[in-house]
Amino acid sequence: MTNLGKKRGAMNDIAIELKGIDKKFGLIHANKNINLTVRKGTIHGIVGENGAGKSTMMSILYGFYQADDGDIFVDGKKTEIRDPNAAIAVGIGMVHQHFMLVENFTVLENIMLGAEESQILNAGITKARQELKRLEDEYELEVDPDAVIEELPVGIQQRVEILKALYRGAEILILDEPTGVLTPAEADHLFRILEQLKSQGKTILLITHKLREIMAVTDEVSVMRRGEMVATRATAETSVEELAELMVGRRVLLQVDKGPASPGKVLMSVENLTVRDSRGVDMVKDVSFTVRAGEIVGIAGIAGNGQSELLQAISGIRRAVRGKVELQGQPVHVTGKTDAAELRRRGLAHVPEDRQHMGLVLKFDQSENTILGYHDDPKYLNGVFLNIDAIRKDAADKIEKYDIRPPNPLLKTANFSGGNQQKIVLAREMERDPAVLVIGQPTRGVDVGAIEFIHKRIIEMRDAGKAVLLVSVELDEIRALSDRILVMFDGRIVGERAPDAGEAELGLLMAGVEDTREAAE
Amino acid sequence: MEYFDTLIVILQSTIRVSVPLILAALAGLYSERAGIFDIGLEGKMLAAAFAGGAAASVFGSAFIGLCAAVFVSVCLAIVHGFASITQRGNQIVSGVAINFIALGATVILGQAWFRQGGRTPQLRDGERFTTVELPFAAELADIPVLGSIYSNLLSGHFLLTYLAFALVPFTWWVLYRTRFGLRLRAVGENPGAVDTAGISVTWMRYRAVICCGILCGVAGAYLSMAMTAGFVKGMTAGKGFIALAALIFAKWKPVNVMFACLLFGFLDAMSIRMQGNPLPFIGMVPVQFMQALPYLLTVILLAGFIGKAIPPRAGGVPYVKER
Repeated sequence: MTNLGKKRGAMNDIAIELKGIDKKFGLIHANKNINLTVRKGTIHGIVGENGAGKSTMMSILYGFYQADDGDIFVDGKKTEIRDPNAAIAVGIGMVHQHFMLVENFTVLENIMLGAEESQILNAGITKARQELKRLEDEYELEVDPDAVIEELPVGIQQRVEILKALYRGAEILILDEPTGVLTPAEADHLFRILEQLKSQGKTILLITHKLREIMAVTDEVSVMRRGEMVATRATAETSVEELAELMVGRRVLLQVDKGPASPGKVLMSVENLTVRDSRGVDMVKDVSFTVRAGEIVGIAGIAGNGQSELLQAISGIRRAVRGKVELQGQPVHVTGKTDAAELRRRGLAHVPEDRQHMGLVLKFDQSENTILGYHDDPKYLNGVFLNIDAIRKDAADKIEKYDIRPPNPLLKTANFSGGNQQKIVLAREMERDPAVLVIGQPTRGVDVGAIEFIHKRIIEMRDAGKAVLLVSVELDEIRALSDRILVMFDGRIVGERAPDAGEAELGLLMAGVEDTREAAE
Repeated sequence: MEYFDTLIVILQSTIRVSVPLILAALAGLYSERAGIFDIGLEGKMLAAAFAGGAAASVFGSAFIGLCAAVFVSVCLAIVHGFASITQRGNQIVSGVAINFIALGATVILGQAWFRQGGRTPQLRDGERFTTVELPFAAELADIPVLGSIYSNLLSGHFLLTYLAFALVPFTWWVLYRTRFGLRLRAVGENPGAVDTAGISVTWMRYRAVICCGILCGVAGAYLSMAMTAGFVKGMTAGKGFIALAALIFAKWKPVNVMFACLLFGFLDAMSIRMQGNPLPFIGMVPVQFMQALPYLLTVILLAGFIGKAIPPRAGGVPYVKER
């Protein structure tokens, strides 16, 4: 790259320049007058909350969408990128958030697709194998070319995506939320690969909303907020706090403000509950606890230790094998024909862990999701018909109260960002004024600004005298919100701690080391 | 020897009735492998049979008949393509519509043009396809078993028959050994991957649908200009649907398609053979039962014997770029 650069003169060290890029999708202004300069041979991070317009901007750069306005310069030359082909031709490659791989094809077939060289495959296959071998050696990207994609772990699938781009001669590589699907070890490996690519002179654009990653690997970072490019910093000269503030546009509340709890009477009690999963394995074993009015009980634990099944049993989605549950002093038939609708009528609101599958119908618009499960409430009805006006009015109220963006009750729920989808569910459940709120993974896949909002709401519920049961795999969240912490391991509650318990102690409990009990007491 | 001769006759008939199934099922394979479900095979075949019969009769040429059949079928295929690719409509609805159009239009046009109750005029020699004898068929006929197989079973078919069987390995080769095939399979599994690789999903799918149209056209021509001499209304009699069943039964693989079609053809041939003849140990069986047998077995085979047939993953889903 450097010798090429010398020939070209002053503009040489700019790989990509965007000037005044503007894009609207209907009412949504996804990109507003974006300017961005990416220097050659660097790793340039783009951060922003979900829905800030990062992916749209990159899709424009890759020719997936056309900008309504603005110019793209690649290597100092103004370039029209009408389709992905044009992007590939000028050396731009993209690793998509959802891999663009044909799952039942082999690695080799996926890499060749679109770059086959000739009508008959055989000629190209030999060349592709050689080239793949060379790329593997050069960048430490080992893959078996004859493996079928769907049998490979996601980390390797992502490697195939990177190889695909390199095989097409990409000099500029765009990675869209690359670590979302990776384990920490896989993510570390990815970052090593990116460093390797950088040292070979490639330019890398890394889109993410994880600030830690940005600090770890990038040279420069640009921040987007609500469709606008708000700042560009050298990574060495900025901090997580500054970036977080730029992302949400105000200082982030890292510690949640909450007063002391004033627990009242027991609103929910669980006694000796045992729940079996569909494979016939006991996932919840003999669990007992109570939740009082005006307190938040947090259940901490590593995912898969029975928290999901516990939530499902007490919210009436899954039948328990044994045990007693009382809601506001009245027994619930957890071992019999449980009925989520009945529990809702009796004052239990449930925000499920997996909002996209259990909390929302993504193809419905926001107003329809607002009444989901409460659609037979007379205030939404007009005789036997739905009262559309009342429903939309109600949806609009909730949008305002919960700051749901974009504020459009008729927008398909799938088009809201994760944080806003969660707010739709919360608005529906909290506004019913339940006695008990059961809430699973409230901020999973939710951006920083929304997390703060959601935490505030949960505390408001507590202060209004509701009993809140919070299940989360984020220990920080549990510690920040809970008044009492129960730790679950292997289906049992292995300990109860106060929220000021040390992170290390809770971590040991979550890993199944119960000896800390003596140490703590 | 008598049983052997009977077997040869049944197998001969199996080949004869399998050809339209093979052609139609391969047609469906091209389309469905590209992600466009096509239940309009039946309609395209019927329209092609009519066009072939009519054109051959009017112009006195089998070749012109074949061209007309293919042309009409490709036109209908493009209509299906327009509805399901460009307009992103429901592929099943579009296919059903094509079946109905073909069913009605062939009778109406046939009656209007030829006034024979929806038939086309009986085709004379030269206006229809004739059978070809393989070399030395007559000389080798007397050799026991092998000679009989060669002369009576393999020889004496239409050129289209040999073409249909040749298309099986050819389709396999196209699908797995050419760029076109790679892209065709990819577009039926994950059109997003094809789009991001810089290939037009729309154009790929149109090409697949046109391949489907061509093969359905040949299948229709075979029905009205080879197997019989002229078009009769409703002459496809569900063959398009049987071909579709064979395609699923074969899990969308070309060589399997051939064997599935031969199996269904064999059942059909058996039912023709058995009509009016007593079954051993059972005695006389109503004709209707024998006629229903292939369809009954189709249901049973599809329901129980093939395990899970996984269709192309993007099948039936119009491609829309997602953000």
